[in-house]
Amino acid sequence: MKFLAYLVSGISLGSIYAIIALGYTMVYGIAKMMNFAHGDVIMVGGYISFIAANYWGLPTVVSIVIAMLVCTMLGIVIEGLAYRPLRSAPSLAVLITAIGVSYFLQNSALLIWGANPKAYTPVVSGTLRLFQGQLSISYVSMVTVAACIIIMIALTLFTSRTRMGKAMRACSEDKGAAQLMGINVNFTISLTFAIGSALAAVAGVLLCSFSPTLMPTTGSMPGIKAFTAAVFGGIGSIPGAFLGGILLGVIESLARGYISTQLSNSIVFAVLIIILLVRPAGLLGKNVQEKV
Amino acid sequence: MKKVFAIVLAMAMVFALSATAFADGAFKIGSSGPLTGGAAIYGNAVMNAARIAIDEVNAEGGMQFEFQAQDDEADSGDKAINAYNTLLDWGMQVMIGTVTSGSGITVSAQAAEDRMFMLTPSGSSVDMIDGKDNVFQVCFTDPNQGVGSADYMAENFAGAKVAVIYRNDDAYSQGIRDTFVKEAEAKGVEVVYEGTFTNDTATDFSVQLTDAQAAGADMLFLPIYYQPASVILSQANQMGYAPTVFGVDGMDGILTLENFDTSLAEGVMLLTPFSADADDARTQAFVAEYQNRYGEVPNQFAADGYDAVYIVKAALEAAGCTPDMSFEDICEALVAVMPTITVDGITGQGMTWAASGEVSKAPMAVVIRDGAYVTP
Amino acid sequence: MGPVNRKTLFKDSRSDLFTYLGVILAFIVITMLKNRGALNRSQSGLLVPICCYIVMAVSLNLTVGILGDLSLGHAGFMSVGAFTGIITSMSLIDIIPSAPIRLTIAIFVGAFFASIVGFLVGIPVLRLKGDYLAIVTLAFGEILKELITCLIVGFDSKGLHIIFNVSGSKTANDLNLLEGGRVIIKGAQGATGTKTIANFTAGFILVMITLVIVLNLIRSRHGRAIMAIRDNRIAAESVGIPLTKFKMIAFVTSTALAGAAGALFGLNYSNLAAAKFDFNTSILVLVFVVLGGLGNIWGSILATVVLYILPEALRGFASYRMLIYAIVLILVMLTTNNPVLKSLFSRWSFRGNKQESEGGSNG
Repeated sequence: MKFLAYLVSGISLGSIYAIIALGYTMVYGIAKMMNFAHGDVIMVGGYISFIAANYWGLPTVVSIVIAMLVCTMLGIVIEGLAYRPLRSAPSLAVLITAIGVSYFLQNSALLIWGANPKAYTPVVSGTLRLFQGQLSISYVSMVTVAACIIIMIALTLFTSRTRMGKAMRACSEDKGAAQLMGINVNFTISLTFAIGSALAAVAGVLLCSFSPTLMPTTGSMPGIKAFTAAVFGGIGSIPGAFLGGILLGVIESLARGYISTQLSNSIVFAVLIIILLVRPAGLLGKNVQEKV
Repeated sequence: MKKVFAIVLAMAMVFALSATAFADGAFKIGSSGPLTGGAAIYGNAVMNAARIAIDEVNAEGGMQFEFQAQDDEADSGDKAINAYNTLLDWGMQVMIGTVTSGSGITVSAQAAEDRMFMLTPSGSSVDMIDGKDNVFQVCFTDPNQGVGSADYMAENFAGAKVAVIYRNDDAYSQGIRDTFVKEAEAKGVEVVYEGTFTNDTATDFSVQLTDAQAAGADMLFLPIYYQPASVILSQANQMGYAPTVFGVDGMDGILTLENFDTSLAEGVMLLTPFSADADDARTQAFVAEYQNRYGEVPNQFAADGYDAVYIVKAALEAAGCTPDMSFEDICEALVAVMPTITVDGITGQGMTWAASGEVSKAPMAVVIRDGAYVTP
Repeated sequence: MGPVNRKTLFKDSRSDLFTYLGVILAFIVITMLKNRGALNRSQSGLLVPICCYIVMAVSLNLTVGILGDLSLGHAGFMSVGAFTGIITSMSLIDIIPSAPIRLTIAIFVGAFFASIVGFLVGIPVLRLKGDYLAIVTLAFGEILKELITCLIVGFDSKGLHIIFNVSGSKTANDLNLLEGGRVIIKGAQGATGTKTIANFTAGFILVMITLVIVLNLIRSRHGRAIMAIRDNRIAAESVGIPLTKFKMIAFVTSTALAGAAGALFGLNYSNLAAAKFDFNTSILVLVFVVLGGLGNIWGSILATVVLYILPEALRGFASYRMLIYAIVLILVMLTTNNPVLKSLFSRWSFRGNKQESEGGSNG
């Protein structure tokens, strides 16, 4: 029974990682950059939905939509101001800029919303009890898992069926060739950031529902974990991010339950290392052969 | 090369500017604590409250204080020392700090060498005062709280099965847990489960709670701060697990957490020296002023910061110090008088100090009913 | 990389000479200022950490700039050096009362253990490429941090006592030290009560040793092989350069130096927790390296000094200082990579900076 309880909490934690990882993987796939500010966009999403729901008294669904809109705008602005001028710069320069953006968002949040944590009201409350109350599954977990699966399917369909999605894939393959085919590369990259950031807002809401506390640093650790999840599954791959997220959550939860709470992160990272040694491009990543 | 020197020179000038003129009839009180980063809640609470107390003291017209707060980001290494050194350059004569134990252990070792008097509002680790005659505490030391909690449980909850969840990368939490477990064993309180977490894993407690429930614990001891505690309460509620929760002074503040559903904390017991609901005039005046200035209810950290200013004032008066004295002389004078003075504050009546730096005041046990502290 | 012509060779050795002279000159000037009492407490307090971070930045530059592999876990090796250094110094405190000798031994031990860990980590890591390599170094950095978090170490007349605290519920009392024994590392709370013996002179010597090692490695036959691997892995392999061997030489040297820096850093503070050496510290050092220019040793030193002092110099802005730091970071990256400004810079730049354009072939 304990095992099932660990598994349930692992899957719901993993679903949150998966949603964040989907955002990471899309941005990485197209812009070939590690967007370390992604975790902080999650935090902004959490704060915006908190403010919309508690200060303006809006219904939960509306507050989530507002959070998504604000994060979408934020993503587009960040991309336009900080990343677009560096399109031709070495990838490390972009990485450092992303770190700068991350610091900027965290410290802005500290100044705007203060250091005091805020208690987040979960989007849904209540728990399903099974086996005479021995196993309990909160509705938040169920919503999270459902949201994660829906998002994954929607993204897969979007990238494979729609014109915009195909344009995105084209850009991720070869920006120059895509441009020659009449694809607006800048617009496509902006769109990717917009989608990634909207997903971050959803992840923020779900993360804060799962662990109901909101601080300027709320997004950083989940951000790093989710990035690990994205690499785990094969960065750039949408089903890979999903699989990586869920696996990471489950491994973390089981490691904490059966081995050591101290070393749970280490165990997660050790599994990642082993996976990458066996499959250097992640679980579902494509191993591109280098041409001479 | 010229360019390089220009940069270095410019840097040096910025530094020189930050060190301003020497004292002019006012004592320079310095304080360091985390003002940015994850622990900023604690630093800001102490600094905000200390500013209120300083303004009150200055308004009385007698002894005058100047105050400066520096950010140490709750770091135990270079940042803490950098903040302390900046305060020294400013001309600090007495230090109210540090806010956190981690940076406090580093800074207190340096302060002991420099002979700077240090009064920490909330650094509760024994390592902070251990072997240093010039460091005193406003808050309880960790062992006191562990022993107090175990004794209280043994008296009032005989036969309880206790689960402890604590943060073991935090000297505060670890210290209370150590003495609690030892005392619980001596008093026959059964500890059925111990779970740990660290700063990096402070967002998900489902595993620890599942284990505690499976071990049959009907009492949960949380020697941690209120922010992770609020997450534990909420996740336990989602799991449908309802043990009696027992906290320590770090739990104070949980009711003031913005948007916190206080029904989750119904029945939580804690040992705290401070209650924002207390009906004495001083506490009420302080809480009103704090809310007026900062828009929130002060927690126990703020109360410790507020008392620290008045303790320094009382000690300076008792020792007959004047603002033109060097910090070394002030330190020797204050170290001599600290064990002799008695101060009434909002975190305790008749506080006295041992020469070791430890405070003696009575914690009170309260229980939360309908979103307010009630004496059980 | 074309044939090495005499002109570039000459330019290289001249820029190296400037680097050495610059550091020595800076040391002499600062020591003179210090002896005259012209430095205040906060300035002199910054000297040792700056030296440590210079060594960190120069050694990371060896991995990132010269070898061309992005490492996000450099702070992990620093922590290995810091804690082994602290254990060494605190254990030898009665046997070797002389602080400089103890410091030297501690730095060597720190470097030694960090290089062993670096070698072990290097075996799997160096088989990977690009961002996968980066994420694995990040993972190793976090693993090292957590493993050290589990260590409880004490020393008494019977020798060293070590507990590996997996359950998290053991404490320093479980060491069962004899009378007169001292606890050196208290698990997650880190090392407390360390006798601080680091000083600026030691920092300067360490920086000089680092420069000698790194610059000589770069200019040697080995160094040229390493840079060939960076510039074109496949071409390098096809002319018979053993990739693993040379990658390992660069990586282990880099980790050993990080360990030495860690030992110096650890012995400068009486309290130090492993949490200090997290991902953020690795990133901090990486920022120094990138801003100073990949492969540019002199640039790393300068960027470290400026960027370490910056948040301290911004203390006057109180709560806005970290925000300003972030903005400065973004603006500097945007301006230095702006094509128009870049061409202006390259026209005016002084000699030591010439190599900047050569680096940056990473990713």
